[in-house]
Amino acid sequence: MAKRGWILAGWLVWATTSALANQMSIQVQTGQLRETPSFLGRVVATANYADRVTVIAKQGVWSQVRHPNGQTGWIHESALTRERIVLRAGAQDVHRTASGEELAMAGKGFNSQVEAEFRDKNREVDFTWIDRMEAISVAESEIMKFLREGGLPQ
Amino acid sequence: MSRFEGKSVIRLIAMAMVGLVWAGFSTGCATVTNVGSTIGEAAGVITPQQGESIRRVGEAAEKTFADITPEQEYFIGRAVGATIVNTYNVYDREEATRYLNVLGQAVARFSDMPETFRGYRFLILDTDEINAFAAPGGFIFISRGMIGLCRTEDDLAAVIAHEVGHVQHRHAVRAIKSSRLTSALTILALESAKNLGGSDLAQVTEAFEGSISDITSTMMKGGYARGQEREADRAAVEILRRMGYRQGSLVDVLERMGQVLQTDKRGFGSTHPPASARIAELRPLVNDVNTPVPTSARQKRFDRFTASL
Repeated sequence: MAKRGWILAGWLVWATTSALANQMSIQVQTGQLRETPSFLGRVVATANYADRVTVIAKQGVWSQVRHPNGQTGWIHESALTRERIVLRAGAQDVHRTASGEELAMAGKGFNSQVEAEFRDKNREVDFTWIDRMEAISVAESEIMKFLREGGLPQ
Repeated sequence: MSRFEGKSVIRLIAMAMVGLVWAGFSTGCATVTNVGSTIGEAAGVITPQQGESIRRVGEAAEKTFADITPEQEYFIGRAVGATIVNTYNVYDREEATRYLNVLGQAVARFSDMPETFRGYRFLILDTDEINAFAAPGGFIFISRGMIGLCRTEDDLAAVIAHEVGHVQHRHAVRAIKSSRLTSALTILALESAKNLGGSDLAQVTEAFEGSISDITSTMMKGGYARGQEREADRAAVEILRRMGYRQGSLVDVLERMGQVLQTDKRGFGSTHPPASARIAELRPLVNDVNTPVPTSARQKRFDRFTASL
């Protein structure tokens, strides 16, 4: 009985981990799901930070994922993590809720509230340039034109 | 399965959960650790002491740089960046900043980490000092002095690619002392739905300040470990290869830097290994046999950029 139990337990672990292995979290603020596995691919949908997606295919560094809302698209592997990201309910940074059980794991780190406190304590540290820096926006088409004109493969 | 009833089924689930604890370690899933050890104890498969031990190991493993989420890394990067521009002036010319950002974002796209929480951004620091900094999350700063060492766009791409290499390998957050993370993460793990308040917020902010200080002092004073510079150099060569820029341009820039830094010990000279040592390690990696010939448009736009500095 014990031996058979361990074999079955092993199978259960294998089956469960195999199913979970395809589950990934979006680890960028806005994940762009593309039509084709390339930055040239048209953006067909977006996914939010911490959204769980299912990987349905892989091609090099690109994964084709299915969002729980049914949309599918290709995303670069650096935008994905195996970790489950649990967001703090009530945090202003990203508006999401989580189940009560998950909340115990939530918010392990630094957020806008901590930044505000840091700025209050260190008034000489000016964030104006950082905000201006973040406002710099480069369009996809501009990067493609830059590479093309520079004789660089795209 | 009908033969497994009552306690047997619980035992089986418990066995599976113990297996999952192991699986949890290999995937870094801490939630499973707690659930697994608790169920294991309840079923009598493992003792409460063993359960506690598994939980403690799980907790200890959480408190490293690896547990910093991309969002938290972004907030650390903002504060590190603000500290850098508090030390140096920013070179405020829109056209030059634009060129650096288009080139920089193109370079980042060919790295192993083209995606960060809110993407890569670049600024020019208005100083003759030869220096460059990569704050967590992709806030990158290049000095006018460093740009002055570049004669081609390929050279500047090499400098940027080295900095992107530091971001890709998360070298900055690795500079945070683990004691800071342990104190911050312990408080934060205990906090639940509400925003932090009072002394908890003060303590976490203190850990945040300490983390920023660990990173900026490593970047500006102590420098990264030799192995980390090697990793960033290797990443740079690979990025240049993928992009079609001349890989040897990283060696060219390092040679020029080595000459200048013989007399100028500020910035890079004080925080980086000698250029000669880096060049010796890079040479075997460089192969420009298949590198396309640069277009005249590439050199023209670079000349226009440097003329504006």
